Amino acid sequence: MTAGVAGLSVVDLREVALGFGDDCLVLSHRLAEWTTHAPELEEEMALANLALDLLGQARSLLTLAGEADGRDEDQLAYWRDDRDFRNLLLVEQPNGDFAVTMTRQLLFSTFQELLYRWMVTGTEPRLAAIAAKGVMEARYHVEHARLWVQRLGGGTEESHRRMCRALDLLWPYTEELFEPTESWSRAADQGAVPPLSSIEEPWRHSIESLLVDSGLEIPGFPAWQSGGRLGRHSEHLGHLLAEMQHLHRSHPNASW
Amino acid sequence: MPPTNSDESRNLAFQQAIDADRTVEPRDWMPERYRSTMIRQIAQHAHSEIIGMQPEGNWITRAPSLRRKAILLAKVQDEAGHGLYLYAAAETLGVGRGELTELLITGRQKYSSIFNYPTQTWADVGAIGWLVDGAAITNQLALTKTSYGPYARAMVRICREESFHQRQGFELLSELSRGTVAQHEMAQDAVNRWWWPALMMFGPPDTESPNTAQSMAWKIKRVSNDELRQRFVDMTVPQAQALALDLPDPQLRWNEARGHYDFGPIDWEEFRQVVGGHGACNAQRIAVRRAADEDGAWVREAARAWEVRQNSRTSAA
Repeated sequence: MTAGVAGLSVVDLREVALGFGDDCLVLSHRLAEWTTHAPELEEEMALANLALDLLGQARSLLTLAGEADGRDEDQLAYWRDDRDFRNLLLVEQPNGDFAVTMTRQLLFSTFQELLYRWMVTGTEPRLAAIAAKGVMEARYHVEHARLWVQRLGGGTEESHRRMCRALDLLWPYTEELFEPTESWSRAADQGAVPPLSSIEEPWRHSIESLLVDSGLEIPGFPAWQSGGRLGRHSEHLGHLLAEMQHLHRSHPNASW
Repeated sequence: MPPTNSDESRNLAFQQAIDADRTVEPRDWMPERYRSTMIRQIAQHAHSEIIGMQPEGNWITRAPSLRRKAILLAKVQDEAGHGLYLYAAAETLGVGRGELTELLITGRQKYSSIFNYPTQTWADVGAIGWLVDGAAITNQLALTKTSYGPYARAMVRICREESFHQRQGFELLSELSRGTVAQHEMAQDAVNRWWWPALMMFGPPDTESPNTAQSMAWKIKRVSNDELRQRFVDMTVPQAQALALDLPDPQLRWNEARGHYDFGPIDWEEFRQVVGGHGACNAQRIAVRRAADEDGAWVREAARAWEVRQNSRTSAA
């Protein structure tokens, strides 16, 4: 079963779009949890911007993912359980303090920007269109996160200490970014998405140079957590989904 | 210090300028009481925007569709923007955002009491948009002609966005009202709970409103509490009919002679209780705002320290 000129199978396109879409949806939820808790009003606005951008991307990607079997964005967001979510473990990690949130954003958005930048000229036109819009947003997210990592890394003793702790906490989840699923590898063979190995080096370089500039360093231990893309999640995701889905599921067949 | 001749003549000139409908600008001379009244009012308005993010923010993570989630998130973000904008207007009168936040979280300045009611169901998000924003617009449209220039201009911009929010709230309720039986009941229940508090938003009756006379003379306030309340009722009744929802007031009816809707008595004791700090959420709202401020202190401090270091690096280079 193939779709369009790209020769990408419907199943592979769905898996790729779902993985990406779930990353955006789950991270958007986490960022929205900051509402009314941000350290200053300007940041209240910025975090909401990030959450809104990611929610918009999630909606486009889930819509694309659902085309194959006629499910819309809400059916995919609200009627799948934890085991069927395909997001990275990184994005479902709890907000922690502001250093954790910004570190998570840096690690993810840097990855996302590299992917989008590549996909803009990929062979799957709908993914390319989503990437073309998303790349500008991801660029802004990266800049925002970099600025805060710099400020916190080089700010006070306390902010520096919190940044080190945030990196230790989240680093184990970074290896998974570059582990392709079978669908991803086939999509990469078709030229729709980049081979993940090709963006690992630029990602690492971008993160490492920023950390050095900010008086921080990449943790010395290896990253080992993975499984999100295959539906093997941390305990955190179930709680996030329970909150996100309960109202929608309490009124089956209702429209909102 | 006893008033001098020059104080008296400046007061007179100030009042003449107001009477001639000239706006007061930040660099103009103004009576201290005008300044302090203006600061109190703008600060209270700014605080209301920021505290008002909480009852609606309560539903962002649970919004029942992704489309509604995006609309709500954007709305709550707008409120943060309004807050920022209003704090900036207060700054033109010589008082900083940090100082005003401190006054808020220590209970020395107030915010609109409406936000001390809880949002129990999703329909409350719609009821807030329709009724609370509707009442706020009625109030704020009058304030677009208030005498203090920066505040009046802020109101013009804020009203534009509030009208948008009010339509979104109406549309949300409309969808519920025409939806399943459970959705309709949810909408009706929300309207039952928010109607009377919305009417209280215009403040005590004119006969008991201590600040009204001077505020009217200075054209800070252009329309009285009771007149604004009546405008709101007259505007809202037909909208409720369009929504197929009842307003919880058996005495509500059109009065041909007055050309207005009559409505039943407001429970001012409830109003006093909530203003006095005994509403369902007063303590919670302040606790959340205080926690955000305290938990964020190390972040703001780091940003300042970093800034200082950057500046000294630049000047050393």
